[in-house]
Amino acid sequence: MAESESLSRDEVAHVAKLALLDLTDEEIDLFTVQLSGVIDTAREMNALDLDGVQPTHHPLGLVNVMRADELRPSIDRDEVLAQAPAVEDDRFKVPPALGEA
Amino acid sequence: MYYTVDRGPEVHEPSIPDAWELVVGLEVHVELSTKTKLFCGCANHFGSEPNTNVCPTCLGLPGALPVINAAAVTSAMRLGRALNCEVKPSVMARKNYFYPDMPKDFQTSQYDQPTNENGWLDTPAGVRINIERAHIEEDTGKSTHVGGDGRISSAQYSLIDYNRAGVPLLEIVSCPDIRTAEEAKAYVAELRGIVLALDVSDAKMEEGSMRVDANVSVRPRGSDELRTRCEVKNINSLSSLGRAIAYEAKRHISLYDTGDRPIQETRHWDEEAGRTRSGRSKENEEDYRYFPEPDLTPLVPSVEELEAIDASLPELPGAQRSALAEAAGISAPDAGLIVERGHSQFALDTIAAGADGARVVVHINNNLAGGLGELTPELFAGLVQMETAGDLTSTQTKTVLAQMVESGGTAADIAAAKGFEAMDTSELDGMVDDLISSHPDEWTRFCEGDEGDAKKMAGFFTGQIMKATKGQADGKVIAQILNSRRS
Amino acid sequence: MTTPETASPAAFGDAQSIANDVSSGTRTAASVVANHLDRIATHDGEVHAFNVVTAERAMDAAESIDQRIAAGEDVGPLAGVPVAVKDNMCTRGVATTCSSKILEGWEPPYTATVVERLTNAGAIVVGKTNLDEFAMGSSTENSAFGPTHNPWDLDKVPGGSSGGSAAAVAAGFAPVSLGSDTGGSIRQPASLCGVVGVKPTYGAVSRYGLIAFGSSLDQIGPFTTTVADSATMFEVMGGHDPLDSTSANQPALAVSSKLDAGVDGLRVGIITEMAGDVIEGIDADVIARLRAAATALEAGGATVGEVSIPSSVYGLPAYYMVAPAEASSNLARFDGVRYGLRVDGANTALMNTASRTGGFGPEVKRRIMLGTYALSAGYRDAFYGKAQQIRTKIIEEFTAAYEHFDVLLSPASPSTAFALGDKAADPMAMYLNDVCTIPSNLSGQPSMSVPFGVGDDGMPIGVQILAPLMGDVVMFQVAAELERVANATNEAGA
Ligand SMILES: [Mg+2]
Ligand SMILES: [Zn+2]
Repeated sequence: MAESESLSRDEVAHVAKLALLDLTDEEIDLFTVQLSGVIDTAREMNALDLDGVQPTHHPLGLVNVMRADELRPSIDRDEVLAQAPAVEDDRFKVPPALGEA
Repeated sequence: MYYTVDRGPEVHEPSIPDAWELVVGLEVHVELSTKTKLFCGCANHFGSEPNTNVCPTCLGLPGALPVINAAAVTSAMRLGRALNCEVKPSVMARKNYFYPDMPKDFQTSQYDQPTNENGWLDTPAGVRINIERAHIEEDTGKSTHVGGDGRISSAQYSLIDYNRAGVPLLEIVSCPDIRTAEEAKAYVAELRGIVLALDVSDAKMEEGSMRVDANVSVRPRGSDELRTRCEVKNINSLSSLGRAIAYEAKRHISLYDTGDRPIQETRHWDEEAGRTRSGRSKENEEDYRYFPEPDLTPLVPSVEELEAIDASLPELPGAQRSALAEAAGISAPDAGLIVERGHSQFALDTIAAGADGARVVVHINNNLAGGLGELTPELFAGLVQMETAGDLTSTQTKTVLAQMVESGGTAADIAAAKGFEAMDTSELDGMVDDLISSHPDEWTRFCEGDEGDAKKMAGFFTGQIMKATKGQADGKVIAQILNSRRS
Repeated sequence: MTTPETASPAAFGDAQSIANDVSSGTRTAASVVANHLDRIATHDGEVHAFNVVTAERAMDAAESIDQRIAAGEDVGPLAGVPVAVKDNMCTRGVATTCSSKILEGWEPPYTATVVERLTNAGAIVVGKTNLDEFAMGSSTENSAFGPTHNPWDLDKVPGGSSGGSAAAVAAGFAPVSLGSDTGGSIRQPASLCGVVGVKPTYGAVSRYGLIAFGSSLDQIGPFTTTVADSATMFEVMGGHDPLDSTSANQPALAVSSKLDAGVDGLRVGIITEMAGDVIEGIDADVIARLRAAATALEAGGATVGEVSIPSSVYGLPAYYMVAPAEASSNLARFDGVRYGLRVDGANTALMNTASRTGGFGPEVKRRIMLGTYALSAGYRDAFYGKAQQIRTKIIEEFTAAYEHFDVLLSPASPSTAFALGDKAADPMAMYLNDVCTIPSNLSGQPSMSVPFGVGDDGMPIGVQILAPLMGDVVMFQVAAELERVANATNEAGA
């Protein structure tokens, strides 16, 4: 693994933050090594000349798949709320958006 | 279609110092009034019981998939064409960020291939605001912040209703072409007029079906730099929009004046306090990690489809103003209010029925703000004809008009019932002459005094005549007679 | 080596024979289901194919099917056939966990299209099977609820991520099961467990209700003991689903139509890169079985050649950008707000973070991290973008290959089943398991693994058949021929 091409510990910590994952220092260390390995492998892709090659996002190449603007029954509220970690007044309850840690 | 626009009270913001120029771009979200949501068959309906218009798809339940609503796509393209955009093949994309109101923790939107690009809108005053893009995306659910004083910053917890999650939106992003707060308001009002003319949304700012975020910055007048901008959210009326922009501009200027500078951030308009407040400061820049939505296919409108859309567009406010201005012999901006109120076709029909255009415009602007009631173009034209023929004074016309709105009927019948009979001008001639001879001092002041005196005395003579005729004389005719006696 | 008691594919007959018996009244659905439930009760303690066994529901469903048959009704081509469903497909009222703590106990309020179609055809769900958490893995060791063991050798992995479903069929717990395949998660465990496993053409089978991993790659398919059963399953599940925008707008492909047609005149191409030294790490005994399969097809009248898919060697790095990128977004919704695990926090973001941190296992975190990185500002074009371009390259090369060949052949897995724990510490070594299967996920074309003998260790080996997009029929045609040859060889050997 070429050191200069690997992920840095800071990058790993930054990505964890974007993904809302709280990693321990040991996990960051481990992931830095493991993810660098995968990223280095991914850099093998640079060997290919991909100039002007269109990306493929849909294997079937379908377009314009739409539905008519027609009502379908919604689902039972109680069945949905029964699965929620916290509920009040028929709504999903969450901690405050800006609560202090 | 008739509708009214609440412009809000006219606010006179102290204008910003001459040395500075305002630079504003607006992001307007319009909720499309389809029957169902953007990606599922749940009702797109405001005001339902919480969490009743939900299904696996709009709740983002694991495994559920989206299928896009064809009507929403058509509405988006119609609005795009009405805004002079190029309507292009487009790709839905995921905008990734965590937000509890957003069930999937990504918003399905459009990124580098939006449906509409490169359009423009002319305000009634003739200012062209370029439109960068108008893209399709989904709305979020709604949080209620509980505890504290109800503000997000002091809430103890929040409650989420996902009825609105997945409602189709068109986000219309203007270029930073707007230079005054009034221009911003005019842009939004015009956009709203277009949306209403197309009937693709009810566009109610107070209900949130039309929402405006303003990107505000300032720069030294004469420069063309783009300085740090702040995005002001939580604006829920046109008057707030004007006030928020003015506030934010002045805040920037005073920062620059003291050697400081604004930071790029999202700020919230606090209507009560009349100021903007910083949102949560972001530790790192947003990184939305956009990528094409693999669960939806690209949207590729056909040439035929676009032609059909163009053919189906109604006459838009700008064209309505031009048509009315031409028919009424007035300037296009002067036709603005009538078009905004949705009365332009009524005005055109009245003019076509033989009424004087200028008088029609004056009456609609001043005397029909409350609605047209029982009035028809033909009846209205009859009234205006009586007025211009001198059969009714302007005051009488106004009275008759109010009655026609309320109960219908012809102007002639109502005027007769009210005993409004046009006065013979020869009778007025005599009355004026008598008055002059009985008030020589006042007459001299009228003829030889300064402008103020002349005006005052014109009022005196007119008042006397009005008194004698119980208000039935035509003020304009009196003025003519007075002037003819002066030399 | 002796076969342990846990391995007994089609312990009570294959799906076809069960459906025939149940429809004709020779056996009742209730007795069939009871037999399978007994076998599960006896052996699943060792195999751990299931996260949950829905015994009561299954018996109720069986009885209702028996009543309908008694009333003269045709209940469908899978009458009374027990089916084990991978635990990443939603089943209303039955816990659906993805083998993750973050979804432990979650009961979806809706059912996946495929499960509805199967039960509408008479099939009976007997339970939800174990998988690598969120289908991320190749050994089923990444399950929050413990690993599944290979029924042929309990010290070995069943492959993954659909290891529970593959093991359930190999163990005779159910004659058929459902898996999902994002990078080989049906074909590799099928190979390791000695059963048939099919990844249909992308879009041929609805994904509605499949908890997404890599949305542009995921495809649901069957595990069965016979090619004919897979064909029946495919035909029942397949066809357009208006709830899945990526579902092909056509009826189910008639994959059983040519099972008896043989391979005379078909052109078979061995993928060069996967049959020698280009892609390293493919075991010699695996390549030997591949060559033997080609020889068998040649004997059946096919012409066999070799064809190079040069970009296939970039399949692995491309896949390990695309799949994690999509996964990082698909798995964002597990935030503790609406369902599943919540770990408290002082504000919403802290609660979200605590829930995700506590709910996801290490491999899932690794892939979310990888995908987040691949999409992040400054890296998206170099990683995610390039990977999507490589897909195009691979598609072009496959398309060119299919001008000369009707189907292609390769190994399904580079090795036979390896020992539990062997590769758990090294993600890159684990990822290499998918090297032969990934290209057809990237291209969307159909591919399947058919058992074709055993390796030096006596463990099963599957051969992978690949066909052009929507070419599932010819793929099944070739699979049926290989199955005939394999069965004849077994009988000759027995
Ligand atoms: Mg937006
Ligand atoms: Zn819905």
